[in-house]
Amino acid sequence: MKKKKSTQRILIEVLGLLFGLLWLSPFYLMIVNAFKTKLEIFQDTLKPPTMWTFDNFKQAFEELAFLQTFMNSLFMSVGSIIIILFFSAMAAYALSRNGSKLSGAIFFLFVAAMLIPFQSVMIPLVALFGKADALNFYGLMFMYLGFGCSLSIFLYHGALKGIPKSLDEAATIDGCNRFQVFWYIILPMLKPISITVAILNIIWIWNDYLLPSLVISGAGTDTIPLKLFLFFGQYTKQWHLALAGLTISIIPVIIAYLIAQKQIIKGVSDGAVK
Amino acid sequence: MKNKDLSFWLFLAPVLFALGTVVLIPLLYGIYYSFTNWNGVSYTEFVGLDHYVTLFKDEGFRNALWFTVKFSVASVIVINILGLALAMLVTSKIKSRNILRTVFFMPNLIGGLILGFIWQFIFTKVFDSIGRATGIEWMQGWLSDSATGFWGMVILMSWQMAGYIMVIYIAYLENVPGDLLEAAEIDGANPWQKFRNITFPLVMPAFTVSMFLTLSGAFKIYDQNLSLTNGGPYNSTKMVAMDIVDTAFKFNMMANAQAKAVIFFIIVAIISLTQVYINKKREVEM
Repeated sequence: MKKKKSTQRILIEVLGLLFGLLWLSPFYLMIVNAFKTKLEIFQDTLKPPTMWTFDNFKQAFEELAFLQTFMNSLFMSVGSIIIILFFSAMAAYALSRNGSKLSGAIFFLFVAAMLIPFQSVMIPLVALFGKADALNFYGLMFMYLGFGCSLSIFLYHGALKGIPKSLDEAATIDGCNRFQVFWYIILPMLKPISITVAILNIIWIWNDYLLPSLVISGAGTDTIPLKLFLFFGQYTKQWHLALAGLTISIIPVIIAYLIAQKQIIKGVSDGAVK
Repeated sequence: MKNKDLSFWLFLAPVLFALGTVVLIPLLYGIYYSFTNWNGVSYTEFVGLDHYVTLFKDEGFRNALWFTVKFSVASVIVINILGLALAMLVTSKIKSRNILRTVFFMPNLIGGLILGFIWQFIFTKVFDSIGRATGIEWMQGWLSDSATGFWGMVILMSWQMAGYIMVIYIAYLENVPGDLLEAAEIDGANPWQKFRNITFPLVMPAFTVSMFLTLSGAFKIYDQNLSLTNGGPYNSTKMVAMDIVDTAFKFNMMANAQAKAVIFFIIVAIISLTQVYINKKREVEM
């Protein structure tokens, strides 16, 4: 009985290891081939390169204007996240402290809006913002507020139920106005859920391709996915450069993931299960 | 905070304005435009249901819809089986469980566009070179016909989403009481019996959540479709989202594309409402 247990255990250990390697193999293939020459990729795609040179990376880095592109992505994502967090928390606070039917209806409106897929509104959206001359970097951030606020308000609203109203009242007696109560008392207490909301939003905003391609393409403020798409079109038969570009683009995400993986996995799990 | 308080409305104003101008007004305008000959800027007449009638005759749209349905069903099945298997693996007592969790979840954070490009390389170059070296025929010529394009999309999607679904299953699996499993083991239950009679029923709610998350996720994808196959060959792997984008921004048939978008909205809304209904029903039963 005991022996059977241990063989079973070893079997599961090996199975886990195999699965892990299988899961990582696309990354392995991307990285080793990014170091090869065009000819070497043609000859073999599995082995490590005969010579590790960074030439492909240098060229890809320059053509992607990577520092600039990365800063565009960072500025856009962080800017969007800040306004989403701030305005969603504020709205959720107002809704949670007002028990009227109207506030229930507004909350329902936000939740219902989550059912609307992006593609069903994008054509009139682009037309409308085009008319208002708002198809630019800041227009894009505002659109992310529109698309991101529903889920964010929903999550904040859930967390606010756990913060007693007596706290608001105490602060009001001490002379705080509504905004001060929100800013000094409520917002700090919402920090855990804010991390979840920020993670959920940043994952899709950072990676989003379709919306920026309709709103800011060609404006000189390309984000990583936009630039990568152009770059890839240019080097479609030159995998050594294309793969180097892909590798460079992934590095920031992997670093962020390795630093904050506990919070990221927890955030994603909380966001999905709630 | 009362309705008549100015602060109530001030707190709500920014998000109401954003949701209104970004989502609600475009949705209503979109429905309205789909009954006109709108060209993206203006319209001159009402055409009634003309665009919708055209859609049913539009073979390209029908194919895209059918491909999307097939793809979504296959993805839901593969992703959920894989996700549950991975979750059971990393919640077992194996030594590498923490690092495996990290590894399985990783593809989920990377954009669909990038993942599609990576897999394009794997399917067209790596598969091909393995196929040629070993003489295995089915590994050659991937993405050059609709069958391999289909499975290519399913594999890509599964690799990306299985880790996400795993995380959801983990949340439920960790709630399965350990003493219950121990008691069953003492009573002589084998691993399959334990899974079938204890774990599985307790994880059922996770299955509903995951199924709908993958279903609506698969139904709406665009980036992966664009970067892996770009709809090819001959539009045979084009999905609905891409068909809408192309009709509007490549062929400039705005009102026609918007009618497709309305149909798309109705389908996604039905999927989501079914989920809400099932969840509510279950909550009542519990």
